[in-house]
Amino acid sequence: MSQRDNRKVVEYQKLVSQMTPNSRMLQGCVRAFWVGGLICCLGQAITMLGESLNLTIATTPMFTSSVLIFLGTTLTGIGVYDRIGKYAGAGSIVPITGFANSIAAPAIEFRREGLVMGVGAKLFQLAGPVLVYGISSSVVVGIFYWMIRKWIV
Amino acid sequence: MEVLWTFVKAFVVGGLICVIGEILILTTKLTSARILVLFVVSGVVLTALGLYKPVVDFAGAGATVPLTGFGYSLAMGAFEAVNENGLIGAFYGGVTNTAAGITAAVLFGLLNALLFKPHAKP
Amino acid sequence: MSRVGRQTFVYDNPVEIASHVSYVGPKEGKGPLAKWFDVVLEDDLMGQKSWELAESHMLTQCVEQAEAEAGLAKGSAQAFLSGDLNDQIIASSFAARAMQLPFLGLYGACSTFVQALVVGGALISGGFLETALCAASSHFCTAERQFRFPLELGNQRPPAAHWTTTAAGCAAIRAGKSKGGLRLECGTIGRVVDLNITDANNMGAAMAPAVCDCIARHLEDTGRAPEDYDIIATGDLGWVGRNILMELFHRRGLKMPDEVLVDCGASMFYKEQDAHAGGSGCGCIASVSCGMIMKRLEAGEWNRALMVGSGAMLSPTSSMQAQSIPGIAYAVAVGRNE
Repeated sequence: MSQRDNRKVVEYQKLVSQMTPNSRMLQGCVRAFWVGGLICCLGQAITMLGESLNLTIATTPMFTSSVLIFLGTTLTGIGVYDRIGKYAGAGSIVPITGFANSIAAPAIEFRREGLVMGVGAKLFQLAGPVLVYGISSSVVVGIFYWMIRKWIV
Repeated sequence: MEVLWTFVKAFVVGGLICVIGEILILTTKLTSARILVLFVVSGVVLTALGLYKPVVDFAGAGATVPLTGFGYSLAMGAFEAVNENGLIGAFYGGVTNTAAGITAAVLFGLLNALLFKPHAKP
Repeated sequence: MSRVGRQTFVYDNPVEIASHVSYVGPKEGKGPLAKWFDVVLEDDLMGQKSWELAESHMLTQCVEQAEAEAGLAKGSAQAFLSGDLNDQIIASSFAARAMQLPFLGLYGACSTFVQALVVGGALISGGFLETALCAASSHFCTAERQFRFPLELGNQRPPAAHWTTTAAGCAAIRAGKSKGGLRLECGTIGRVVDLNITDANNMGAAMAPAVCDCIARHLEDTGRAPEDYDIIATGDLGWVGRNILMELFHRRGLKMPDEVLVDCGASMFYKEQDAHAGGSGCGCIASVSCGMIMKRLEAGEWNRALMVGSGAMLSPTSSMQAQSIPGIAYAVAVGRNE
């Protein structure tokens, strides 16, 4: 790229950033806050339900996340979760129901490409990276923890 | 009264974690997939540094329901398994602790694909 | 048939628009331009098995209707020039399969309709064809799953993002000149311009420089001024891209009257319809041209229009590899015979 072109690009980028509207930060945060908070309260209620069902300390969190995931996928299937997401943004992306939505949405969308390469493969289109990096990082910190225990402590 | 306080803590802490996500989306143009990856890995790292467990103890579901909580479960699972069985624990502990969630997501996702069709947006 | 300047064809042997038909989806049918469209679909899926087949079906119906309204027997048009946004333009090629017409598949992203008119006009004015069907289509649901995310994913769009219109447009063109008919005057082939915009959620900014270049080149080649047109309709810059374009004209020293420059995408939806920067997609300028613009020209309300299709030449692969988005534009001038 010649220097003249380069200057043109820089000038244009400046113009574009001036002319491109920004998202409304305060409104976005307020919506994310109350919807996200509400989903967490729902999780709290499910946890208490689990405790009252005499689930153990180890299985109660599993019960909670499974129920929330069931709700997330079902709301996705009946076409409600995308509307919540449009309103709440990160408020419904960050809770585990958002993870469920990221699995159910491509699974439903790509059903027409067949059960194996459509649903089976695309199910992980968005959630795959979460599992790849989540699981890998847990192994890494696990190994560090083992080394610290063995050689330092 | 104590129950109410539990819910208030879950609401405020959970809401604030989501607000961090919203600020990231609005200011960095990260897609939702990247946000989810970032939150899970942050959960793992913060737990390893010992910073996330106090948040969970304080806020309960407010800290475990956001995806950072998924990272917390992965890391805690790895540590517990290392305590029990040594190095091999690092390899199974995380997934064991989160197996129910992952399985539920895969199974319900599959069922949804069989039961529902995508909707056009109004 | 001749050329003026560097990039403009002049259709000396007269080419006229014999018929024009526009189809739009339900959401577009609730927008401000609704009354101009010929057919508003009730259902995005049109009873088909997939969104892709629905888009192809919509295009087929639109083209068949244009063929019939042009007085041509079914399947007798000499060429079908069309394109769309689906990978390998399947909406168009499947429509060509259904209609068994000689097919020239084109791709100019959202500028495809104007590209088809420029090429079709040249083929007719050059004496190679007597009749041609120029068309393009797009569908919100096919574009969404290919370029963005699954429909049910709960995410937010930034304010500069576009909403792909569900729409198709087809103009049947033929050699000849009839009294009061619409005439293709000239067409300009644009250059690909890329000023290093990588944000796929800001396509107006990616395309505006190419549109500016194409319009300036057209005016220079033909020796016309913006005032020679009653309307200069850009394809799908959206209101963000349109504002940038006006600023680019200003910096270039080109005086563009604000009321002459209309963006089809920015006019497609009401603000309450939450389509952010506006409509986009091949069907956007195709349906607005075949709907509002040609109808108003025919009614004598306007005398001459310049349609400027704008295209963002990105693909899911180039996007993922973080390449910048090259822009393209084509312009075609339509006037009315005495």
